[in-house]
Amino acid sequence: MGISIGKIKLKNPVMAASGTFGYAKEFEGLVDLKKLGAIVTKTITIKPRPGNPMPRVCETASGMLNAIGLQNEGVEDFIEEKLPYLSKIGVPIIVSISGDSIKEFCGLAKRLDKEKGVAGIELNISCPNIKRQGLIAQDKNATYELAKKVREKTSKTLITKLSPNVTDIVEIAKAACKAGTDAVSLVNTFLGMAIDIETGKPRLANITGGLSGPAIKPIALRMVWEVARNIKKPVIGMGGIMTADDAIEFLLAGAKAVQVGTANFIEPGVCEKIIKGVEKWKKTR
Amino acid sequence: MKDVKAKILENEKISADYYKMTLDAPGLARSAAPGQFVQVRCGDGLDPLLRRPFSIHRISGTGDRLSCIEILYELVGKGTEILSRKQKGTCIDVLGPLGNGFILPLSAKRYPLSAILVAGGVGVAPLVFLAEELARKKIKAVALIGARTKKSVLCDKDFKDTGVEVHIATDDGSRGYKGFVSGLLQKVLRTTNHESRKTVYACGPQPMLKRIAGICREKRLECQVSLEEEMACGFGACMGCAVKVKDQAGYKLACKDGPVFNAAEIAW
Ligand SMILES: Cc1cc2nc3c(=O)[nH]c(=O)nc-3n(C[C@H](O)[C@H](O)[C@H](O)COP(=O)(O)OP(=O)(O)OC[C@H]3O[C@@H](n4cnc5c(N)ncnc54)[C@H](O)[C@@H]3O)c2cc1C
Ligand SMILES: Cc1cc2nc3c(=O)[nH]c(=O)nc-3n(C[C@H](O)[C@H](O)[C@H](O)COP(=O)(O)O)c2cc1C
Ligand code: FES
Repeated sequence: MGISIGKIKLKNPVMAASGTFGYAKEFEGLVDLKKLGAIVTKTITIKPRPGNPMPRVCETASGMLNAIGLQNEGVEDFIEEKLPYLSKIGVPIIVSISGDSIKEFCGLAKRLDKEKGVAGIELNISCPNIKRQGLIAQDKNATYELAKKVREKTSKTLITKLSPNVTDIVEIAKAACKAGTDAVSLVNTFLGMAIDIETGKPRLANITGGLSGPAIKPIALRMVWEVARNIKKPVIGMGGIMTADDAIEFLLAGAKAVQVGTANFIEPGVCEKIIKGVEKWKKTR
Repeated sequence: MKDVKAKILENEKISADYYKMTLDAPGLARSAAPGQFVQVRCGDGLDPLLRRPFSIHRISGTGDRLSCIEILYELVGKGTEILSRKQKGTCIDVLGPLGNGFILPLSAKRYPLSAILVAGGVGVAPLVFLAEELARKKIKAVALIGARTKKSVLCDKDFKDTGVEVHIATDDGSRGYKGFVSGLLQKVLRTTNHESRKTVYACGPQPMLKRIAGICREKRLECQVSLEEEMACGFGACMGCAVKVKDQAGYKLACKDGPVFNAAEIAW
């Protein structure tokens, strides 16, 4: 079951996805944290961010929309308050980071590079909920430039998380690899919206938000397959994984590992179940 | 906090759009406090996807064994519709107890304390559990129940059974005070004695809570409100249920820091 991604050794290929697992403490007692392949923490930024106005989440058919707006307490709080707990769990901790500029990403990478408890860094260049003109992940040159600059600042395993809101995801994945990223993870959420027909108003205060959950699985799977057959570096697949069977589909599509997101909200112990199912499947192969 | 499969012991329609479900969940029943809630997975499939939050309405059981939790719910959409069709004897996933409940006065011994419980619609749910706890602590309480019409007045008997004085407000005046329950609160405050230190506990729709908070601020009464926000997880993982507070911190989480807040803390 063991795999490696960059320098990180994982005892199984199942990780908890960023933004859906808090800083792990929230799941204490609901899932055996030691069993996880890795934990990707909620995206942090240099300075604290208050996040978006309410409502921030709404359910849609077999999925949900969110526009949290990267609410977090900033990197220093993360290192002081959250990392000590996370490093004691005994599984690789991958820290998701985001910023408003390349400088901010580099600053975060440099700061985290010093921390022993951090196994890897995931670049969230694809959060659709922060106001900017287009995402870095929608432009192959911007992706290349960012990943390259961050690469120079850290020797930790570097993962670039891709957005599905692009015409050709393969070219973005290739740019990230060329810049020296150790792996790519995909997909982040699909930009979507919902309207309350009684009030005529959007159901999220942010108007649009990111769609996740089972509703996106077939598209996410197709994208993972496309990327995996076109790059040599490991692909971490996600999007709507609820069961071990879903995870196995992603592995069959070429992903080396998977991340579980929205499912954690519905069944906080789901990662353990998925790990068991994947283990069983690997044995029978 | 536990995620359990709980057996449905009872799922009865109590009036037009309201149901009461009794769940066998000893682990949850033992640790629950008034104002806390549970996340219930209503369906078995992928739609509805998310769990639905419900206040713990009562703790019950036979003898001293408090092994059941009850929820009181209103039929409003997909999830509650599925819930209403659940059969006795089947099991559902229940996660809880979640959040921070009402802060009860320490004891009634040293100086006279009393509580005013203000409910709007199905917001009455957690206040019955609270009334029972207050009764155990021998703290005097009055309940003000607000409803659209006399047919939708909930739980008046439950309050009376615990020795709580009940006042009713209906929007159409078909029973009790005509108008909002906030109007009734003003009326009650004008006529009650001022010998005891009163705490107001309120649960209901946001506009009602805002009015109640305003009245309490004016009268310098402590006021605790139970807030509802759209929730995805219910245990602090998604950051979906933010509540704007006056403090510079900006936001707190309804599911983890609440759902009960001191009304003075909220940026209404
Ligand atoms: C802490 C907390 C405690 C609650 N306690 C109770 C209770 O004891 N009894 C009870 O009947 N209801 C309670 N609610 C509200 C209850 O969760 C919603 O009515 C329920 O989720 C609706 O599900 P549905 O699938 O039937 O409706 P949906 O189809 O999801 O929605 C129908 C309507 O309900 C609204 N709604 C959906 N989710 C929520 C939500 N989380 N909060 C407020 N409104 C919502 C929607 O905006 C929509 O207008 C509570 C909510 C919270 C946050
Ligand atoms: C409420 C919520 C918050 C999220 N926050 C983040 C985040 O902070 N950073 C990030 O990279 N992805 C975030 N995501 C995206 C997930 O990590 C994941 O890419 C996406 O939800 C698809 O997987 P899923 O369908 O299994 O949830 C968030 C998703 C949800 C539902
Ligand atoms: S509902 Fe997820 S953090 Fe409150």
